[in-house]
Formats: sequence, C-alpha cells, structure tokens
Amino acid sequence: MIPSPFSYVRARSVDHALDLLVEHGDEGKLLCGGHSLLPLMKLRLANPATLIDIRTLPELHGIRSDGDRLHIGAATRHRDLELDAAVVRRAPLLARAAETIGDPQIRARGTIGGSIVHGDPAADLPAALLALDATVTLRGPRGTREVALEDFFLDFWQTAIAPDEVLTTVTVPSNEDVPVSFVKFHQRAQDWAIVGVAALGGASPRVALVNMAATPWRARAVEQALADGADIAEAAALADVGTAPSTDLRADATYRRHLARVITERALAQVV
Amino acid sequence: MRHDVELTVNGTPVTATVEARQLLVHLLREDLGLTGTHVGCDSSNCGACTVMLDGEAVKSCTVLTVAAAGASVLTIEGLATDEESLTPVQQGFRECHGLQCGYCTPGMVMAATSLLLDNPDPLPDQIRTGLQGNLCRCTGYQMIVESVRWAADNGGPGAVAHAERQGVSS
Amino acid sequence: MAPLVGTPVRRAEDLPLLTGSGRYVDDIVLPGMVTMVYVRSQVAHATLTSIDTAEACAMPGVLGVWTAADLPDLPCVRSVPTMERYPLAKDAVRFVGEPVAVVVATDRARAVDAAEKVDVDYEPLPVLTTIEEAMAPDAAPITPGQASNVVMEIPLTEDDAQAEIDRAPHVSRLHLVNQRLAPVPIEPIGCVADWSAKGATLWATVQAPHPIRNELCEKFGLSQQQLRVVAPDVGGAFGSKASFYPEYILTLELSRRLGRPVKYVETRSESMVAMTHGRAQTHDLCLAYDDEGKITALQVKIIQDCGAWPDLTGSGLPTLTSFMAGGCYKIPKIGASFRSVTTNTTPVAAYRGAGRPEAAYLIERLVDVAAADLGMDPAEFRRRNLIQPEEMPYATQFPIVVYDESDYPRLLEMLLEKLDYEGLRREQHERRGDPDAPLLGVGLSVFVEMAGFGPSAFFEQFGYVGGWESAKVRMNPDGSVLLGVGTSPHGQGHETIFAQITADELGGHPFDRIVVEHGDTAAIQEGIGTMGSRAVPVAGPAVQMASRRLRERLVEVAAHMLEAAVDDIELLDGVFAVKGVPGSSVALGDVALTAYKPHLLPPDGEVGLEFVSYHEPKNLSYPSGAHGCVVEIDRATGVVSVVRYVAVDDCGVVINPLLARGQVHGGVVQGIAQALLEEVVYGEGAQPVTSTLVDYSVPSAADMPDLETFHLEVPTTGNTLGAKGLGEAGATAAPQAVVNAVVDAVSHLGIRTLDMPLTPQKVWKALNPDLQEDA
Repeated sequence: MIPSPFSYVRARSVDHALDLLVEHGDEGKLLCGGHSLLPLMKLRLANPATLIDIRTLPELHGIRSDGDRLHIGAATRHRDLELDAAVVRRAPLLARAAETIGDPQIRARGTIGGSIVHGDPAADLPAALLALDATVTLRGPRGTREVALEDFFLDFWQTAIAPDEVLTTVTVPSNEDVPVSFVKFHQRAQDWAIVGVAALGGASPRVALVNMAATPWRARAVEQALADGADIAEAAALADVGTAPSTDLRADATYRRHLARVITERALAQVV
Repeated sequence: MRHDVELTVNGTPVTATVEARQLLVHLLREDLGLTGTHVGCDSSNCGACTVMLDGEAVKSCTVLTVAAAGASVLTIEGLATDEESLTPVQQGFRECHGLQCGYCTPGMVMAATSLLLDNPDPLPDQIRTGLQGNLCRCTGYQMIVESVRWAADNGGPGAVAHAERQGVSS
Repeated sequence: MAPLVGTPVRRAEDLPLLTGSGRYVDDIVLPGMVTMVYVRSQVAHATLTSIDTAEACAMPGVLGVWTAADLPDLPCVRSVPTMERYPLAKDAVRFVGEPVAVVVATDRARAVDAAEKVDVDYEPLPVLTTIEEAMAPDAAPITPGQASNVVMEIPLTEDDAQAEIDRAPHVSRLHLVNQRLAPVPIEPIGCVADWSAKGATLWATVQAPHPIRNELCEKFGLSQQQLRVVAPDVGGAFGSKASFYPEYILTLELSRRLGRPVKYVETRSESMVAMTHGRAQTHDLCLAYDDEGKITALQVKIIQDCGAWPDLTGSGLPTLTSFMAGGCYKIPKIGASFRSVTTNTTPVAAYRGAGRPEAAYLIERLVDVAAADLGMDPAEFRRRNLIQPEEMPYATQFPIVVYDESDYPRLLEMLLEKLDYEGLRREQHERRGDPDAPLLGVGLSVFVEMAGFGPSAFFEQFGYVGGWESAKVRMNPDGSVLLGVGTSPHGQGHETIFAQITADELGGHPFDRIVVEHGDTAAIQEGIGTMGSRAVPVAGPAVQMASRRLRERLVEVAAHMLEAAVDDIELLDGVFAVKGVPGSSVALGDVALTAYKPHLLPPDGEVGLEFVSYHEPKNLSYPSGAHGCVVEIDRATGVVSVVRYVAVDDCGVVINPLLARGQVHGGVVQGIAQALLEEVVYGEGAQPVTSTLVDYSVPSAADMPDLETFHLEVPTTGNTLGAKGLGEAGATAAPQAVVNAVVDAVSHLGIRTLDMPLTPQKVWKALNPDLQEDA
C-alpha cells in the first residue's frame, strides 16, 4: 500500500524535465497521471528513486486541430478524450476507446501519454491509435522527432522512447464522418481487455487488436483481405494471423484467437 | 526530504508538510483527521477512497499528496454537516437503502455525485456503468442504483458539488 | 401510530455513515499509538531455518521486531484441538501469507519499510496445493502429530445408503466442485489493542465481541471484566470476521510489553491470503429414484479443503452441509460422510451460508441432473419430491434438523408463475432452431437453509458458551429508551429492526426515542454475536420479551397512578388510559419518571425500568425459497448474461421489507458472482494467483443484473416473532439457479454439468469440445 521512499520534483517545463531525466538517469521516472506507475509502486513492484512530475506542464496540454490532424497533448486525460468535442467529431475511435478504460475515476487522472509509453499491449488507446495511423512527438537532448505509432511499440512494456526523452504530443489524422467501432471483450467492466479490437471504416478500413501480441497489433491480414474484396466474415477469420496471444488467468491462446476473430467480425459489421 | 503542500480541502485552505510518497488518502485520513474517506484495497479497484479533486471523482489512493498541490478536494465530510443539509445523493441513499455496512458508502456517494454532475438524468444502466469503479459487497447494487435515481429526481448532486465543479472551470 | 414491524422504516444507522462520521477500526487514533505490521511467508511450505531481524530493528521509527522465538509463551489462536496454531510461525510455515514476524513502528510507513528488511531463510518442503495432492499416498502430513492430511473423516449417518442405491431403478451420479472463494468485505481485518494499568481494551473487526473477549481472557489469564472488546463500525464480514486471528493476541501482547496502544490493519493483498476463505468443497453424489422420479436415496461424500490450519468454525462446515444435503425433498434414506483435508493454503472458514450453500448447491444440481437423465421437466421432478406443507414441521433424518413451517410447493409455483416458465420453455425451443439466436436457459433453485443459530447444546461445539441471545431495555426517566443487544451487526440494520420491535411492544413508542447499542462488552450484557442469520430469530424474541417486561412494569405504575386495575390499562401512542373511563389517562413520560420515585409507588415495587432477557432458541430456523434465473449465452463467445433473476423467499414474518430486500440482493449478487466470476486460484507451489482485486473478480454494479424479489410469509412457530432469519438466503440460493440455467441452456448439446465459475472461456470450450488447442 505504501511505496518505498522516493524524491519528487515538479518539472518547470519540458526542457527542465529533460534535464532532470539526464540528471537522474535510471533512477528517475516521469510521473503524469500516475495510474500506471503508482499502482506498481504501491505494491513495491517498481521503486524509482525520483519521480519527475510533468502532469501540469502547459506544453503537454491542449487539443488543437489544424485542418486534417488533431494534435493532442500527452498529458490529456482519458476523460478529456471522451468529452472533447474535437476528439468526438474528428477522432471518435479514440473517444470510444477512452471511455472503456477502467472507470470514471481512473479516466480523470490517466493520460494518453502515460498509456502509450507504458507499452502494455493490453491497453486500449494504443490499439485505437494504431488503427488511426497516429504519430507521437518525442523531445529529447538530440532534438525532436516524430515516430509513427506502428514503429513505436517494440515488445512487452518496451517502446522506442529513449530514457532521456519526453513524449509531448500525439498526432491523429482527422477522420470525421468515418464509421468506427471499438469492441473490448472482458469479464468485468473494470477489467483489462481479454482481447479488444479497434476498427476504422472508410475507403480502406483499418483494424488493430488489443492484447493479442507483445505489442498493440495491426491486423494487416484483415485489412488486406478487405482490400482484396473479401466479405466481413472472410476478412475477420484472418484476425489472429501473425499474432502471439498469451495464456493467463482469464483466457488461453486458443480462446483469444477465437475471440479476436469473433469481435473483429462484429466490429467490421459496424464500420464496413 | 519533506514537501510543503498547500491545497484546499472542503473549502478550507490546508498546509501540510509531507513525504513525497504520501498518498492523498493518507493526508486526508491521518493528517487532517477526515476519516470518512476509506481504504479498501491496494490496487486501485474498490473506490472506497473516492473524493472529488478539482470537481471530478478520483481515487485518492492513487494520487500523491504532492501531486495535489494547489488542488481543491471535496470529501464526504464536505457535503453536509448535519441531517438538515444532506445532499440529495445522501438523502437518496437513506431513502432507498443504498448502504448497509457503510464502508464503501462515502466513496460511492462521491462517485455518484460526480456522475450526476456529468449526467443529471442517467438511465439505470448509465448509473451502473458510472459506478463501475466502486465495489460494494453488501447491497448487491440495485438499491444503490435506485438511490442515485432518486437523487436525480430530487435535486441532483447538490449545491456544494456544483460549486466545486464550477469553481474549477471558472 | 401503526405498528412498525413489517414496514420499511428508514435506518437509524445511516446519518453518521453518510456523512463520514462512522468510526471503523482504522479511524481510531489513541495517544502514543504505534503500528504493527507482519512479515509474511512468501513460500507455502518450508522449514524456517533463520530469521534475521537486526537490520529491521535498526530502522528509523522501529520499536521492535519479534518472531515466535522472541515471544515463546503466547497462547494459541482458537484452533481445532491437537492442531493448535501459534500466532507466529514456529519452525515451519504452512501457507503463503502465514505471519513469520511482527514489526512495531511509530507509523505504518516506517513499519512497512522495516518489514522489508527482515531476512527470512526457508528450507523448502513439498507443497500440497490441492486436496488430491494432499490425499496422495505419499503425501506427508502438514500438521505435526497427524497421521495424514485427512484430519477428520466422519460418517454422519449409520450407513452410506449404498444398498438403496444399488437396488434403485435409476441412479444419477455427479461430481461437483464448490470452489474456494474469498469473502472480500470492503473493510479488511484490523484491531487496536490498548493494554494499560486500568485494564485492556481491544477494538476489532469482529462479529462476536463477547466470545472473543472470553477467549482472550482465558488465553491471557485475565478475568472477564479486565478486558473490554469493542466492535466499532465494522465494514462487512460475511462470516470471515467470526474467525479468530493471530493479531488479536499479538497486538494485546505487544501493547502490554510496550505500554502503548498498538494498531494493526491489513492491506487488501494481505487480506486475500490471511482472511479466511470460504466454500472449497468437492462432492461425490448419487441420487436414487424410481421411474416416476420419486427419490429413494441420496448419497453424499464431501471433501472439505481446510487450508493449512483447520479453523474451528470451518471444521463444522461439512457437518452442516451433510445435515442440509436433502434440501426441500422427502428423501427416505440419506447417507452422508465427509473428509477434511489440510493443504498448504489459506485456512477455510465461514462465508455467507457457511456449509449450507454447499448443500443447496449439491442437491439442486443433482435434482436437475436427475431430471435430465430421466427426461423429466426439472420443475416437475421437484414437485414430485418436495416436502408438503402439511408434513411440517418436518423431522429430517438428522435429529437436530427439524424444518419449521413453510410451503415449498407454493414457493415453487409462485416462482414458475413469475418467471412465466411455460413461456420460457417455448421460447427456448424456438431459439434452439435458430443458430444466430443466443441460447436461452432457465434454472431453478428451491432451497432451505439453516438459520437462527442456535440451541446451546448444538452451538457450543463451534466454541461459543451458548447459542442464546440477550437484550436489555432501559427506559430513562424522560421516557426515552436504550436497548442493548448482544448481537454485533456489520451492516444488517439492527439499530433499526430491534427499535421497530421495541416501539411496537411499547404501544407505538416514537422510533427516534429508542437508541440501540451493541458491540461493546463493557456496556452490553453478555451476548453471543452476529452470524448464522440469528439476529432476528434469536435476538428478536429477547428484544420482544425484555420490551414486554418493561411495558408490564409501566402498566403497573400507570395503574397505580390512575388507581385502576392493571388489566384495565391500555397503552397507545405514549398514553396510558383506563378502559372505558375517558379522561382518565397519564402520559408515558410521567409514568417513566414516576417509576423512579419509590415514594410515589407501593413499597413492594422495584425502582427503575431496566429489564434483561435471554432467549434460548429451542430449534434452529429454516428459511426457504425458490429462486429462478434466466440466462442467455452468446454462442460465439460463451458469455453468460443473466437476463432475469427472480427470488421468492420465505423468511417468515418480515420485520422491515426495505432491509429484507437489501439482504436478499446482497446475498444473491454474491451467489451470482460465485457462479460466473469468482474463484481463488493457487498456482505452482501453492502460490496465490488471485491476490489482488485486479485478479479476484468481485463484481461492480456494471457487472450484475437487476433482481426481482418477492416474499411468502409463512410464520414459524419456533419463536414469538414468527421470523426465520434472512441474511444468508441469497448466497444459498443463487449459485445453482445460475448454473442450472446455463446447463439448461446447453443441455440439448449433450452437456450434463459444468463447474463454477462459468467464465466465457469455460462455457465456450464446453460448446466447442472438438477444437484443437493451439500449438
């Protein structure tokens, strides 16, 4: 219940946060919404020596439209994604995914940036962002770079962000009036997805899966099948191609593969 | 190293000197003696620790006190001081038997209050979804849903909660 | 004023709880108080080769670190004789989470930091995770001095009914698992001990303060007035807080040594391994019946997983299961036996229903399976075997078990009507023909359970001095009433229901002028506590009797004041009047005051208005009911949705319908959760897998359905209230209603039985048995 002792510093700016990351090296962790990190620390599964709080930095807040893209500050909360008019209109898949996360209290603190950098393939937003072909902006001592989300997730809890970088912005192409579907299969409302699917309709539908591999998974076999003229059922049957679902308390790999196919079909029925 | 933290709790400015690792729920319970907010788990599931932070329900067990500097916190004790000033949510829980042992109740009331601020006229299914972050082992939930529905019909979240929500957006 | 009993009076308890001024154990702060934290075993079975506390002792804020070696003369925790559990592990640990050492520090953070520094060396021993492993021929006994892990093996009947089974025209066999559950009250275990020169006080999350006090006094060599035990507001219990935890001994002992109050509150992760678990029984069953579906015999073989240390309360569970195995049916011959087996897991004890839900589950599943085997509708099979109302009270084969008055056939008919059973069967049939439609199933659960614990000769074997309950009523000179009850509620609303009874007995006394107190051994007369659905049937009559005696004395005083005969006095709404003499009356307040003025009363009367009554139940009581569940199953995913849940309950006279509904709802939801969601899981090496609420699936409001509840009030003649108790009925009825519905939904596919919890994966795999596992 009580974390190990640690130092706490509130960054004055992103540049200041970058300096602190260099200063503290391995022993420093960024704190934003805290709803991935603090639960681990309370069970003493993670014991960083220093927390660098970036939650209130104005540079990480705000949702800005520019023509065909939405720029979302990394400290934007899941609750904000649910309710923001621009997100709901222009990236509804993101809003739909956000509203399934945890519970209202969790969504009032958890952030999009925190969810992405945590690198958990069972998280909801990363799959939605993958389907949306989102990019992230990373700032560090070597400058600022844009990374496509499909290149960002490397393995379980491992992402392309360097230890001395801060994820500042998530950029999502606008998809106004394109049908979307986010299906999260779980036993209890509070649970992580056993399997989930994010689907974007339109001229070339895109499908991404939650918790079917070591990273959020783009179901390219499904997308290709649809592009080749397959019907929904045929395409959905390929949902688990290339995936590596795990076996855990909730479900084994066989059941996960089956579920991926079923819920992909259901999601496609809503968007295609 | 200890940190000096200033925040507002139930409308009153508070200054505390705390360890960085102190959870907000422990500031409330131990430093301020506001024991109405409860601890029921250590994995951010049960919601017994729910308070309003800057006008929205949060789990105070998953917020560091130092991270709440400058914030406005509303706890169960801040809703009403006596029977006459009970909010409609509190009255609803009494009228519709929404509590038995009472341990989950403060968190449930705060979550329900925040829910009604978001959605003043929720359907029963929306109430159930809106309270999915709060566990109760005694009631089986249906009478909690009825309590919240009663509150929606009888004045909603109440003036204190409205002010807390508006105080933030202004 | 109309009588309050039977009306939905709003609770007297609610105001403090709704405004944050409840007082639970962790809210208690005393001057100089320090915090105790355990070092717990991370392995399930090992010899303790060394415990190094030096580094921990030197940590800031630490007052001391103790192991069993440092505290060699402690009394044992309440245990089954010959299997006594020391408060700290001595020589060996037997389950993950067993306390190995205690740290006391100035505050919790300091104590937790120090506990991490205690260095424990273990020499692994073979781990026995399951009852199968524990019963294997080469399995070493976990408990020293025991011949094996089968620590009890008891036939409860003279024979096992095998002869009747062998000659029966039909036999249905079934193996069932009633899975291990965690009670998870939202408040975990906690206590504060304050041992001072004036005496000792223990505030604790207990269901039975007086028995705990008596046991602790015996253990510490104190006189019973030297220790005060207080159950403050308690955040739910469901049976888990009726057990005796080592921290009650340790905090008292350390407070005595340190001269300071010592607080202990477990975290949820600790609670998941330290708080007693529930259920954990397997059943091998045979039901024998004839061509018409009339049952001729029942054979029940129970294996009870005790965990590593058999709990005294828990040791009685399979006996209760055996006693109730026949359910609501006329069964000419029952053969019942059980074995209790130790494993390297958390001890198992009472959980809402404590042995009786297991019985209701086994018989209601078995009856459904038999009906299916015979090709008979399950409602009809039940109808043919139910005990009829004219046969009640019904003496079962077990001498102690005599069911009190009820009407099982009527309960069933009410349920079927409310379900529109015929309509459901038609719809089910239609849907089976449509591969796109969700499968539909209906499950019935006609149940009876044992409540109102209980006659003292029976109840004392659970470790209590008796099974009676007490009530003391005192009217103050201003006419207000203080009622002290020996029960110890933790959500049941005793401050309301008992005040209702007293208000009525006093001819309509204002409800808000009656205060009910409980849970403090210094303030309350000897009591037993709250468990086994006993408050209304056992304490209720005591409240009634004490209130009656108060009323009689008031009438005597009023008669004297009005110069009338006692028989001519009427009491209504606070006024004593003389029958047939209008204008001759006196207010209750004046009568109360006069009762304290001996100079105004006949010299032979007693001063004051205080009366104590003890009610010894002559029999247990037997609430019953018929619950029904309608489920839909998504064929593609195996997800089970409860579409309707209907509960018809007979708890006899209902004291407060609002509170009764709450009790039914709470129990039913726990039962549905057992059927669909919850299970304590142990992995390799008896390592707990479901050790937080992330993995142990207690449902939220979003996960549970609406419930329809009805009552059939058949009063019992067993007590003056006609009430049977209700607290555990929902948990007793619901699991099999759900499971029967699910099996019913898939029975056309040849599926005969499924074990709880019926997770989507489990159901889907049952629907798709031929699928190959992924490589």
